[in-house]
Amino acid sequence: MKSYALFQKDFHSELRTRYAINSLAMFIIVAISVILFSIGNENISPGLTGGLFWVVIFFSAMSGLSRAFVSEEERGTSLTLQLIASPATVFTGKLLFNMILVFLMNIIITLLYSMLFAEFIIQNYLLFFLTFIFGNIGIAISSTLIAAIIAKAGSKGTLYPVLSFPILLPLILTSVQLTSFSIDGIPISEAVFELAIVVCYDIIMISASYMLFDFIWKD
Amino acid sequence: MIWKIFLFLLLGFVSVAGIAFPIVQSPTKWYEFPFIIGLEQNAKIIFFHVPTAWLTVIAFLMSTVFSVQYLRKKNLDYDAKSYAAAQLGMIFCILATVTGSVWSKFAWGSFWSWDPRQTSIFALLLIYGAWFALRSAIESEDKRATLSSVYSIIAFLTVPFFIFIMPRIMTGLHPGSADDTNAGPIVDFKMNPSMQLIFFLSMIGFTILYFWMWNLGYKSIILNEKINKQLTRG
Repeated sequence: MKSYALFQKDFHSELRTRYAINSLAMFIIVAISVILFSIGNENISPGLTGGLFWVVIFFSAMSGLSRAFVSEEERGTSLTLQLIASPATVFTGKLLFNMILVFLMNIIITLLYSMLFAEFIIQNYLLFFLTFIFGNIGIAISSTLIAAIIAKAGSKGTLYPVLSFPILLPLILTSVQLTSFSIDGIPISEAVFELAIVVCYDIIMISASYMLFDFIWKD
Repeated sequence: MIWKIFLFLLLGFVSVAGIAFPIVQSPTKWYEFPFIIGLEQNAKIIFFHVPTAWLTVIAFLMSTVFSVQYLRKKNLDYDAKSYAAAQLGMIFCILATVTGSVWSKFAWGSFWSWDPRQTSIFALLLIYGAWFALRSAIESEDKRATLSSVYSIIAFLTVPFFIFIMPRIMTGLHPGSADDTNAGPIVDFKMNPSMQLIFFLSMIGFTILYFWMWNLGYKSIILNEKINKQLTRG
């Protein structure tokens, strides 16, 4: 249960500073208002709102999730962590924290988005819910692993979206497709293939992360 | 030395034959190519575009294999090999993208139309770009080798998604796509033996060229490191 303790540590230090949560919340508002301003009084199609929804999610994730390992390097606590816990434990703890952060962030985005965009009407709620769950899990896994690489590369903040985008691209493309399906009200039986892709992506990335994290973490 | 002359002759023959051999309605002589509906004169790009795309993937595969080797053995030699392969992969990736988009201007009417193949080559370009950006950001040799190896393995895992999934969720224009009716699987059915011969000779020639270039690139990286070490020591 060391990974849970690690998660609690991150959770408490986050509650104390509220750095990630505050910056994420502001970033979400900024991103959505930029989209609202750029749309203006134009009528946009429901399909386009589905795509823009994932744009907001991607950039918010890029702004908030890199902190996971960078904060350890900045405070100089990564060596201590290496001594007291195995790499898999550290990764589980960080993944748990990022997962919670991603879900929190995306629930807020979804609520705000459906309030502010009249065209964003979901017809198939179950499909959207499944896409939301599996898409968020995938984003959390990949971005946690890339965050570890970034932290070891000397906390190059601008590199984070550059490295994450090609890795997240299959997930985002499929999620955009699934979101437009759920806006069109296509039944789940016709979207099984796309859902399977997202689930496969999650499984592949989580197994690769646990295999490769050892090499990143140990100096 | 002999194989270099052989390679020169092979690629020279492929270039001349690929460009100069005429495309006619019903080929009778050995040097005539068949007329493929929907491709017409544009079909000749197959001798130069397909090998570059093929080498992009081969280079990426080699880079990943050497990355795995590096993580297992922790020998910087493998990192140099992986780096040399990725450098060439980047060059061939740009060549494939440029030749492909010039061709698509004449065949489809626009330079870029987000066809599944175009999307996947674009993703490959992004991956190579991100990989070099990551390498240039890290100064320590061992750390750079480890992190870039890890990244190239994760990036390689996304490749099946682009190969098997893009054609499914997007409609394709590229010859050889699943729903492509007028210019279907070209290599099997639409090409006559002489066209196939030149195509495969071109593939072989470009592959040999790639391995030669890769060997030179690898040697130059090793020499570069040696010189750098001597300079810093003396």
